[in-house]
Amino acid sequence: MYLKVNPIACDGSALCAELFPERVRLDDWGYPIIEPGPVPAGLLPHARRAVAACPTLALRLEA
Amino acid sequence: MSRSPASAGTPGAQGGAQLPRLLSGLPAGGAAVGLDDHLRHWGPPPWWAGRHRGRGDPSGLVAAVERSGLQGRGGARFPTGRKLRAVADAGPRSVVVANGTEGEPASAKDRFLMAVCPHLVLDGAVLAAEAVGAREVVVCVDVRSRAVLASLEVALAERASTGLDPLVASLAAAPSGYVAGEESALVHWLNRGPAIPTAVPPRPFQRGVHGCPTLVQNVETLAHLALVARFGDRWFRALGTAEEPGSTLLTVSGAVRWPGVVEVAIGTSIEDAVAAAGGPTAELAAFLVGGYFGTWLPAGPAWDIALSQASLARLGGLLGSGVLVALPTGACGLAETARVVRYLAGQSAGQCGPCVHGLAAIAGGVAELAGPGPHRQAEAAVRRWTGQVRGRGACHHPDGVANLVDSALSVFASEIERHARAGRCRAAGRPPVLPVPL
Repeated sequence: MYLKVNPIACDGSALCAELFPERVRLDDWGYPIIEPGPVPAGLLPHARRAVAACPTLALRLEA
Repeated sequence: MSRSPASAGTPGAQGGAQLPRLLSGLPAGGAAVGLDDHLRHWGPPPWWAGRHRGRGDPSGLVAAVERSGLQGRGGARFPTGRKLRAVADAGPRSVVVANGTEGEPASAKDRFLMAVCPHLVLDGAVLAAEAVGAREVVVCVDVRSRAVLASLEVALAERASTGLDPLVASLAAAPSGYVAGEESALVHWLNRGPAIPTAVPPRPFQRGVHGCPTLVQNVETLAHLALVARFGDRWFRALGTAEEPGSTLLTVSGAVRWPGVVEVAIGTSIEDAVAAAGGPTAELAAFLVGGYFGTWLPAGPAWDIALSQASLARLGGLLGSGVLVALPTGACGLAETARVVRYLAGQSAGQCGPCVHGLAAIAGGVAELAGPGPHRQAEAAVRRWTGQVRGRGACHHPDGVANLVDSALSVFASEIERHARAGRCRAAGRPPVLPVPL
């Protein structure tokens, strides 16, 4: 599974970086930069938590 | 597909190796080629209508375009055959959009082509529609390009009066702007939304105008397609490289004797392209290749570089929409870049955070580098920001700006030093070289 952000929907709430720092960091303006590549299976629960917390539904997990 | 060549003396009988192609048979003085002259010069378009309709590729034109290796001339150089195939396979209710919006300020080739050879573009648009089974064709032109709109209106009226076309194309005056012509933005506008890019997927070939599969093709690409339909893929491949066949239009400007549109074979050297525009009028410092999403190349080693996507990609550049600007040594590449980046930052559709904030920050940083004083911190910050914005927009606007700025930082490194030492720009007070719309 890959973690993807819709950059139009994202408004930089930065909850994803807080909840899933293993794969998400913030740029100089507070928008998420997501590590490329598939999310390791062991981290998927964290990824799902970040997806669920996104207030603009900009974050998603894709096959 | 081997189609019979047109009668002797026409471009089709020449085996395909001659230049110009698209721009052959033009009357003197920049007047448009009328329908009679167009048909006399090129022969009639090989319509398929009435013989067989259906899904897939009943006319064989999609396969011919695939074999021809034609790539999009709007900037991305995507294989045209793959786009045609995707729309042809998507179903019967599809739409063709001829993209003549040409939002690239340093490019004039699409407007020139539509103004002087409107029928070649319209042939291509209608042939593409037949090939993919589309029932609707829309030709989109920047609303400010009044002369082009007028030329196309005359051409459409000529075609309507003779009943030439199996389906009637319509004309749309599209909003101006750098990203307005991006294909998802154009489709968004045709669907009565604002002319700003949308999140992809779905891409227009999947769901476009009225929700139908939509083929968005640059107008020059469609003109080439009209010639592939007439003369076949082998004729088309008689010019260009094996990977990037055919000719391409370039807009050559800056310090050259005859700034304007030239047609060259893909793979032509920068030196020969500049010679086609009359040669340089001053000692040159650098070339901007590919447009405002393109790259600066230092003049010395650049002369022998082949103008193909593959050769430019090895240098981190692109052929893009075929812009070539010759920057004289009297101009300042940093100041030019700063002005263009300021413009591009203002052209952000304002939808994606990294684009809105990142491009504004980059523009400020490049402006600082173009000003006086030591600014090591600004350079490091700009490099960090170009790295951060890449791949982070819904469209490639931030990536294009990052390409341009990164190349400026490396090509004009000594200029950055000079600004820091001398405390002022030597081009201050000179007229700018790169055009930026107000």
